[in-house]
Amino acid sequence: MVIKLEKVDVVVVGTGWAGGVVCAELSKAGYKVVALERGKNQTREDYIGVKDELRYTNRYEMMQNLSSETITSRNNLDEVALPVRTRKEMMAGTDLGGGSVHWAGACYRWTPYDFEIKSKTIERYGKGKIPEGMTIQDWGITYDEMEKYYDKWEKTAGISGEADPNPLAAKRSSDYPNPPMKESPPIKLFKEATKKLGYHPFQVPAGNLSQSYTNPDGEAMNACMYCSYCTQYGCDFGAKSDPLVSVIPTATKTGNFEARVGANVRRVLYKNGKATGVLYVNTLTGEEYEQPADVIVLAAFTFTNNRLLLLSGIGEPYDPKTRKGVIGRNYNGQFGITFLGARGFFDEKKFNYYAGAGALGGVISDYAADNFDHTNLNFLNGGGIEMRQYGSGPIATNKVPKGTPSWGAEFKKKSVHYTNRSLVVWYTSANMAWWHNYLSLDPTYKDDNGDPLLRVTFKYTDQDRNIAKFGIEKSREIMEAMGADIVDEDEVPQEFDHVYDGGHYAGGVIMGTDPTTSAVNNYLQMWDAENIFVIGASAFPQFAGHHPTETVGALAYRASEGIEKYLKEGGMLVAKKEVSTQV
Amino acid sequence: MADNPKGVQDKKGMSRRTFMKNTGLVAGGVVGGGLFGSLLTNQLQDKPAVQSTQENGLIQDARVFFSRGQDFDILAAATERIFPKDDLGPGAIELGIPYFIDKQLSTEWGINAKEYMKGPFAVYTTNTGTHNNSRNQSQQGPNAETQVPAPTPRYQTKMTRSEIFVTGLREMDNVAQKEFGASFVKLTGEQQDEVLRMFDEGKVDLKGIGSKNFFNMLLQTTLEGAYADPVYGGNKNMMGWKMKEYPGPRASYMAQIEVDEFVKLEPQSLRNYQGH
Repeated sequence: MVIKLEKVDVVVVGTGWAGGVVCAELSKAGYKVVALERGKNQTREDYIGVKDELRYTNRYEMMQNLSSETITSRNNLDEVALPVRTRKEMMAGTDLGGGSVHWAGACYRWTPYDFEIKSKTIERYGKGKIPEGMTIQDWGITYDEMEKYYDKWEKTAGISGEADPNPLAAKRSSDYPNPPMKESPPIKLFKEATKKLGYHPFQVPAGNLSQSYTNPDGEAMNACMYCSYCTQYGCDFGAKSDPLVSVIPTATKTGNFEARVGANVRRVLYKNGKATGVLYVNTLTGEEYEQPADVIVLAAFTFTNNRLLLLSGIGEPYDPKTRKGVIGRNYNGQFGITFLGARGFFDEKKFNYYAGAGALGGVISDYAADNFDHTNLNFLNGGGIEMRQYGSGPIATNKVPKGTPSWGAEFKKKSVHYTNRSLVVWYTSANMAWWHNYLSLDPTYKDDNGDPLLRVTFKYTDQDRNIAKFGIEKSREIMEAMGADIVDEDEVPQEFDHVYDGGHYAGGVIMGTDPTTSAVNNYLQMWDAENIFVIGASAFPQFAGHHPTETVGALAYRASEGIEKYLKEGGMLVAKKEVSTQV
Repeated sequence: MADNPKGVQDKKGMSRRTFMKNTGLVAGGVVGGGLFGSLLTNQLQDKPAVQSTQENGLIQDARVFFSRGQDFDILAAATERIFPKDDLGPGAIELGIPYFIDKQLSTEWGINAKEYMKGPFAVYTTNTGTHNNSRNQSQQGPNAETQVPAPTPRYQTKMTRSEIFVTGLREMDNVAQKEFGASFVKLTGEQQDEVLRMFDEGKVDLKGIGSKNFFNMLLQTTLEGAYADPVYGGNKNMMGWKMKEYPGPRASYMAQIEVDEFVKLEPQSLRNYQGH
């Protein structure tokens, strides 16, 4: 028996950065907003005194419990997809505040090239540069139009950074709200080496605050203590830019907002072109509720956004055979073939590598986006080259030079010796979109409610292998210039290995100007349902060569503006433009 | 139950006396000197292998998962080969790693409580593909360093981690018997390494699970036992952290983050950090 609740203006599914921004902006504007979070409640008090690597890193304390629901995964269309069963293979942040509570905090604006990758590639290199079957497309919004949303999110989140000194870097309307984080010795080493090679190093822009700060909404955040318990942990100092210390308190104090935890949304209720509300289950009592609303916002991370639309029958599912349909199209992301580079072992130098923070590091953008000439290169786009200092957990950090056995006396001796004497430089390479990489519902495997699991079909291409090789080579050059005694290169994996441990998965409900090849317009409003807004990395038509969270935050501000406009005027906010070109 | 010793039936509701009459077992009597008989006597002997940890009377060093002492002894011997005592410091047994693993297998992790264990299961690991999860995993979130070691079969078995460990350890003993005609704990160090290498290279069939999956779990839990907080039973007296000069959980490294030379700090435990 479904209990029907009182209608509200806006219901938001998911309370991470995407959902959190919408909750704050709409409740500030006086609308009645309800957020539904399937995880449990959590606050800063949950993270005081619990710096325990085994529990948080190895036993995935903050990650989704897969016993009731996971995804299935395959490489090719003709294969049977198998479930991704363990949290070591599929790690997705859950609970109030979403994945960004355990987030590392690296923040990059994506570049002008990324937002118009198709037209700018053709403009510079000709149509032939885009291989057949690579389905990249322009977003329908430019960097110049995104700049103010990036700026707004940076100030809400208190990002600590310095402008990219690369002359090709995109312009900023103002500086970061906080100065960059401290320069540790490994970062100094990285900067000296990259300057010697003619590159333009700068501090990784960080969602770990360099000083105590109060954001424009009046939320106070503290300074980071470089304690190293950051990625996969909640921050016990409230020094990490996440919704728990920013947009959720802001929404709450307006009095127009209510967050319901333990609320697992199963369907979006949808009739002749409009949504009427959502159906959700209270995970503790099992009771089913219908929450009516004028506007439905899906902000539940890429997989759930896609799955809810497929389960609810909203939008035409993508079919790889005909290459028609939009839901599930252009699935993309960064996986094991990204973040490859070169690891250096130093016999003379020893670093205080037990110290660090999620986004402490140095980076260069000289080989990012289209900042370098691709005429004679066999791949598109690029990536940042980073040297990150997370602070090494003792269980996790047992790096040994290649050829060292992975267990036994020699392994123990070398791993202990190199514990604080090894650094890595890697390439955060972009990932394009292809007709054969997509999301759909699995024909066999089900969740606890009997609903089909989401199925991922994804494989690597020469684009991925070539860009990884390029990055490894450049990383090696830099690690050698840093003076490492031994430099080991990562090996390029031949095929995607069904491991989803980075949180960088995107696409499936992508932005564009043509409703036959995109699901949402540039306000993230669905072409097929004017009162549904689908926010998050699911909107990315392809992946750039940098971390995604800042772009998710900026898009959430863009969508909030659109939602307010829709609530006032109604109707489609962007004119449809049928573009004749293909897929 | 496949590995029931000869002559012992699983009969329900049988009284102890009838059981003894039917099976010819009498106190101290040995049924034809079979495996079952030696197991009985074996239990009562002192076990030098784990003796050292009992000397400092640590109350938590007792089995809570392994019901057969022999399985635990195989585990202890295997972890000591994986993480041996040397001039840097103690090995697995002295660090309490076997008891750490025993405890972990009795937690929700041991019974896969938070993993997706709904069928159907692709029982044979050959067609499940592999995943290149780094064995010396550095789990640091989305920017995890992913060196690409030999591929590991995806986790597609119906068996839980605790079942895999029991199956794997007993198979280790069978391989030892087959290769060297003695139980694993009785082999020389080099012979034990030879058996471990066969598991590491996936040369052993564990019926339903690749031996590499088991072996990777053994490596992972050995490292976890060496370097997790001592509250979990391993890293005894923080000797693992002392070897690596790891300070333990701290509120802040503001004073160290910009310093060039290495700053050695005495390790503190989670217990200290939580204010005791």
